[in-house]
Amino acid sequence: MNNIILSIKNLTVKYGTTVALKNISMEIAQNRITALIGPSGCGKSTLLRSLNRMNDLIEGASVSGQVLYRGEDIYAPSVDPVAVRLQIGMVFQKPNPFPKSIFENVAFGPKINGYRGDLGSLVKQSLQGAGLWEEVKDRLHDNAYALSGGQQQRLCIARALALQPEVLLLDEPCSALDPIATLRIEELIQELKEQLTIVIVTHNMQQASRIADYTAFFLSGELVEYGETEKVFTAPVDKRTEDYITGRFG
Amino acid sequence: MNRQVDSATLSGGKLMNRQEEMFTPRLKSRQLRNAIFKWIFFGANVVGLLALVLLLGDVVRDSWGWLDWDFITSFPSRFPEKAGIKAALFGTIWLMVITALVAIPVGVATAVFLEEYARKNRFYAAIQTNISNLAGVPSIVYGILGLTIFVRWMMLGRSILAGGLTMALLILPIIIVAAQESLRSIPNSWRHASLALGATRWQTIRYVVLPASLPGILTGVILALSRAIGETAPLIPVGALTFIMTVPKDFMDPFTVLPIQIYNWTSRPQDEFRCIAAAGIIVLLIVLLSMNATAIFLRNKYQKKVVE
Repeated sequence: MNNIILSIKNLTVKYGTTVALKNISMEIAQNRITALIGPSGCGKSTLLRSLNRMNDLIEGASVSGQVLYRGEDIYAPSVDPVAVRLQIGMVFQKPNPFPKSIFENVAFGPKINGYRGDLGSLVKQSLQGAGLWEEVKDRLHDNAYALSGGQQQRLCIARALALQPEVLLLDEPCSALDPIATLRIEELIQELKEQLTIVIVTHNMQQASRIADYTAFFLSGELVEYGETEKVFTAPVDKRTEDYITGRFG
Repeated sequence: MNRQVDSATLSGGKLMNRQEEMFTPRLKSRQLRNAIFKWIFFGANVVGLLALVLLLGDVVRDSWGWLDWDFITSFPSRFPEKAGIKAALFGTIWLMVITALVAIPVGVATAVFLEEYARKNRFYAAIQTNISNLAGVPSIVYGILGLTIFVRWMMLGRSILAGGLTMALLILPIIIVAAQESLRSIPNSWRHASLALGATRWQTIRYVVLPASLPGILTGVILALSRAIGETAPLIPVGALTFIMTVPKDFMDPFTVLPIQIYNWTSRPQDEFRCIAAAGIIVLLIVLLSMNATAIFLRNKYQKKVVE
């Protein structure tokens, strides 16, 4: 593997008494795309959310183990979760722009974090980064909900990019989109890995095989198999992985 | 297999053979029932509308010729033709301002704490139950509470401040519950989006949640203030006077309000007082409507910015 940006060590996540993730250890490579796959309820989204402490927001969730970001445990008591989320951005399953203008959506993160530069050019640059600029440059002050679903999702990506994060977490970003919008997002993700590290949850295996450098397969809260995407899909070591990717269950 | 479809089956309500064996749709009686219920619901609307029209018509007829500028700018009097509503009108305006200034910030802040910060544990459940119950407590009880706490214990006397604080207590649960409902209707995905962008909880509330829930909160405030403006019972123990020749000049002054003045006039034996009571009702309605109009205007102004 290349440089390691995130290193997950013995991570266990519980919701109340239900164990969602059992003792996961894995490493995420910098400037690569890592896909987390598995059937519904396998814990892949839980893992994603524990990488930027979004699990803190779920009442009853408890985390043990470590998530090292550049060698520093993001769950250490001295760490402010706000600082973690500032560096590790997230895009959600359903497009969730704020009920504000396109411009205000992208400017939101920089504004509340005290951006010192020129907001206008940062917004432009972020929208360009998300491949949305040409479509919205003449209506930056329209409400974000006037955009199509695919455009809204790219706006959410632009919004996350505006903070110049090191890592971008994507939680099934295409599940609410049509195939053409999905393709655009996939192309975008490929381009983005030049600048940052991407972890994407998907239950679309074709998607994982198309875009990811590494793939991790989860089943009932356990990490079954993790490796280079090509290997996982062509020569899985574990029988369960093989069953899943050949469509025998899930 | 390719049986010809009979085109008359739809309009005649008849079924094709296979369905006929399985279902008894009774379309006619079902549609009849549908029509009956529609008229029952429409009738319920007519009852409400009719009552309102009759009531307003009666009040307008009684007050005809009595409601003029002199009526608004004069103090009460023993003689109906000289009596005016100035003291009560100013009292009501003062009281509403004090009530709103106290109840809105406290109510909204309470709702924000309960919905955005508090963990949903037993403590939360206890507070929640109490607030819901408080919304149903008879208003006279608030009057007695106001008398004990504000008039006696805090030694505010029979002042408009004591009255305003009592009224604020009365409408506090209504504002809290309405604001909570409004906050709850904001999708969590917006909160998560904001927090994932490195916002603190307060920034999320300030820049995402509150702006989006403002229309709903304002609706609750309209309802609560409309209730407060018509209340008499809680102000009687607190010491609202029925005959007063001054306009409040500061928070510690004695006061009366429109509903108390109106009630006082209706209990006089002379017929003329009933007419000026009707004129007073019109004034009360105008104050109420203009207050609501302001709130609705504000709500619409903010609602435009929020597209679902």
